Amino acid sequence: MSAATIAATAAVTATATIAATAATTATTANAATAVTPRATFAYLLRLGDLSLVLAQRLGEWVGHSPALEEDLGVANIALDLIGQARMLLSYAGEVEGRGHGEDEIAFLREHGEYLNATLAEQPNGDFGQTIVRQVLIDAFQLELYERLAASADERLANIAAKTVKETRYHLRYSAGWLVRLGDGTAESHARVQSALERLWPLTAELFAADTVDRAMTDLRVAPPLEQVRSAWSARIDAILAEATLERPRDQSYAWFGKRGQHSEHLGYLLAEMQYMQRTYPGARW
Amino acid sequence: MTPAQAVAASQARERIDAAATREALAWRVLATVEDPEIPALSVVDLGVIRHVRTDAEGTLDIGLTPTYSGCPATEVIRHSIEQALDEAQAGPWRITHLLAPAWTSDWISEEGRRKLAAYGIVPPAKSVATPRQLTHPDRPMACPRCESVNTERLSEFGSTPCKALYRCRDCLEPFEYFKCI
Repeated sequence: MSAATIAATAAVTATATIAATAATTATTANAATAVTPRATFAYLLRLGDLSLVLAQRLGEWVGHSPALEEDLGVANIALDLIGQARMLLSYAGEVEGRGHGEDEIAFLREHGEYLNATLAEQPNGDFGQTIVRQVLIDAFQLELYERLAASADERLANIAAKTVKETRYHLRYSAGWLVRLGDGTAESHARVQSALERLWPLTAELFAADTVDRAMTDLRVAPPLEQVRSAWSARIDAILAEATLERPRDQSYAWFGKRGQHSEHLGYLLAEMQYMQRTYPGARW
Repeated sequence: MTPAQAVAASQARERIDAAATREALAWRVLATVEDPEIPALSVVDLGVIRHVRTDAEGTLDIGLTPTYSGCPATEVIRHSIEQALDEAQAGPWRITHLLAPAWTSDWISEEGRRKLAAYGIVPPAKSVATPRQLTHPDRPMACPRCESVNTERLSEFGSTPCKALYRCRDCLEPFEYFKCI
């Protein structure tokens, strides 16, 4: 097996095992302990990969932003996200128990082993589209991490308590820009409204609870996603109202990145992100 | 107290005294370690040193916490601390990386706040940030040079993760604000 076949395998096998255990209501202690690390591993990858992949996207703006302040803004957000990804992926490596450190997990997995939601890997587009993507994810991370700070998993709770402070700033920045662009000129309004319509269908995945999410909720590791959804929804509605933008209608969606089924955009992103580690295996700064 | 007990008690006292001396030395050494991005502040002023203790084996344990989770200065700070302790011959020591409780700008010392202001960076608002504080407009920010409150925020983020960028509309100078988290 490759250095990190883990993710997809873990997600799939955990899913299968959990489904099986749930079906036979007689959950033995052994089955529970066998399932938990795999589901926890997959869950941690989902959290860590969301931050990692989004950070990689934001990094593409460095040197290309509309203004120096925005260059600093997106770079700082990316930096926080990488810090969060490091904590989460290091922890994931420990839970996996195969001696993989943060770098191996971050850089040496295959396409289908990344478990970030598909929204994070969407191209930057214009600055408006980047901001729309950022608002949608910042608000999700804020509502999620506020609740994860009370997780039954102490290590995750500590990471969340640290993360949530940073995420508040991210949302303040991104929402501030969305309001300026939405309630700006006819051109800026039209652009962010169209980006919102393009990206909106991908938000459904964030809240579509599957067996991994449910296992985490049952163990009180993670909050129920319906709870996160309604809080997110209220927050997004308030921002959109201020930005004079219209909330798109919910639609069906095709992608399921958090189970390793990604859009075509992730491969290109990974090719760039993994280049150094693949060319110079084990390279360190 | 038997003579043996008296000897043991005095040895214990000596160990405690020696530990206290080494801990005090460590604090003095740490107070000379600069934050690489805001050299006006020491790591002690910044509040990232959470404890200095001596364990049963006589090893100094230094609790270090990051300001922001992705702050690149964290590793530089760690190296600077290691170097300073070695140079001071502080004896056996180790650094323990702490995540909880999460660092807050409230941990910047009073002296640190004075040093920040003198350096031209507005110190963070006091009291732990609440979500309400963060989603509502800031208090008017006074320019550290001319004290005018006729200022504007240019960016939520500045040259380092911990600062935001402002400009004074009266003296026209840009300045930084150490964010409250």
